[in-house]
Amino acid sequence: MNGARFLLRRLVQGLVSILGASLIIFVISRLSGDPVALLVPADAPASVIADIRTRFGLDLPLWRQYLIFLGNALTGDFGNSYRWQMPALRLILDRLPATVELAICGLIFSVAIAVPVGVLSAVHRGGWIDRLGRVFAMLGQAMPAFWVGLLLILVFAIRLNWLPAFGQGGVDHLILPSIALGWYPVAAQTRVVRSAMLDVLDSDHIRLARALGTPERLIVWKYALRNAAIPLLTMLGVYFAAMLGGAFVVETIFAWPGVGRTVVEAVFSRDFPVVQAGVLFTSILFVLSNLLVDLGYGLVDPRIRDAR
Amino acid sequence: MRARFFRGVPWLAILVLAAVLACAAGGEAILPHDPNDLDLGSAFLPPAWLDGGSLSSPLGADNLGRDILSRIMAGSRVSVIVAFYAILFSGGIGALAGMVCGYFGGRVDAALMRLIEIQQSIPAIALALILAAALEPGLTTVVVVIVLTYWAWYARIIRGEIMALKGRDYIAFARVAGVSTPVIFLRHLLPNIFNTLVVLATLQVGQVILFEASLSFLGLGIQQPDISWGLMLSDARQYITNAWWAITMPGIAIMLTCLSANVFGDWLRDRLDPQLRQL
Repeated sequence: MNGARFLLRRLVQGLVSILGASLIIFVISRLSGDPVALLVPADAPASVIADIRTRFGLDLPLWRQYLIFLGNALTGDFGNSYRWQMPALRLILDRLPATVELAICGLIFSVAIAVPVGVLSAVHRGGWIDRLGRVFAMLGQAMPAFWVGLLLILVFAIRLNWLPAFGQGGVDHLILPSIALGWYPVAAQTRVVRSAMLDVLDSDHIRLARALGTPERLIVWKYALRNAAIPLLTMLGVYFAAMLGGAFVVETIFAWPGVGRTVVEAVFSRDFPVVQAGVLFTSILFVLSNLLVDLGYGLVDPRIRDAR
Repeated sequence: MRARFFRGVPWLAILVLAAVLACAAGGEAILPHDPNDLDLGSAFLPPAWLDGGSLSSPLGADNLGRDILSRIMAGSRVSVIVAFYAILFSGGIGALAGMVCGYFGGRVDAALMRLIEIQQSIPAIALALILAAALEPGLTTVVVVIVLTYWAWYARIIRGEIMALKGRDYIAFARVAGVSTPVIFLRHLLPNIFNTLVVLATLQVGQVILFEASLSFLGLGIQQPDISWGLMLSDARQYITNAWWAITMPGIAIMLTCLSANVFGDWLRDRLDPQLRQL
């Protein structure tokens, strides 16, 4: 019962956030004066301009314009991309799988580094792994993702010629962009795992396991990690959402055919319908991934579910 | 007391930050070369320690023979200006919003917190893209985007501090004594959150610099012929096979500056406001 109410409340909150995001996008698209100028190419004939004006009701009061925009958005009508001559939403949906694929691989990379480093830093607190991890974290936080991407291309694609630098293809095409995308959150994730491990290793049930003579390897990697992973799991949605944001830059560098690169290109060709659709869609994914985690972590940790 | 405050001062970080500030303040006068001076004869000139390098361009030259060191020094100006205005406005707006929310609570608080929640459902870089599409890209747009992204961060933290301060006796006494609300804000609340504000602002410097560089790299930030580190990297990307130094040097400038700002910020936080440790 409690769980159902919690679920409902989070769903409503998510919906409000998405509506709010659409309002923000709407307001921004009206900032630049005549929105028709944004929605049609510069050389559009008068008939197209008139058509846009009626379809988006640009002669009506602003709040009604917003409702029309929202109604169109709900039915998937963001207008046509005039560069690609197809509905903007179709274009975004076509590119979406590539972005999700990259974001998941970036997430896997960051977690695959953060978990062992975080665990070992906690177990050997103050040891060389802990100190080295901290140095890398400081460095990582100071390097922009796009520069990491460029350095990876420079070293592994151009100098060593080991991996492809551009486009989508086999698994090898995924490696460099995933590292570039997953690079930044590694530091934060390591810190989360480390402090959770320190807490858990100090708890009674671990002390009991030690007293019972359980092998240390089993204690650390099974009993302790299982509990210490919860904070990381609960934040995976946040990290995934961050990947979606980072994808705009990383996709552009690696010519990855995803939503991010499409939107960036659309900004340059002033393809506003695509920008609107892309940004709103990213926001929806953003909200959804945070929501899913909130709902999901009750499954991982019954204490949280009952506490709510 | 004084001695303890200065223990473990990150002098190296302060030195780097001072150098960046000096470059930004010095302007054209202190540059070894004109940063926009084309010299096709020395195009792709390698750094001084490599074969064919020259001491007059210690970090080498780019595809148009422009001196990279001079361009990095000139580019520091954009980083400093953007960081200054972005932090001033996001900190100012965020602190005010946080103080109002924390002090008055109720509907204003609920409304503003909801607004923050909604705004954070749009990834910052996506917000930047749509703003850049609607407005002209440039320094002002960069600052606007960063302020929109970060004011909520200040607001949330300051709100929490004010809520804790509000219950203190001296605030209640001030109110009973008939002190007006603006005076309570300025005289009694602001001094107490000042340390937090300073720490947040310092910790934000690195993030602002990374953000500006990313936007400029995408072509949505600083525009030619202005010089920014992100823009330099965006240029250098096109001839990445010819000149590795053009892609590494501005990146190192970004990294050193952010690293120093973060180290300095961490130190300041530990000294002034250890409660913010989790940040």
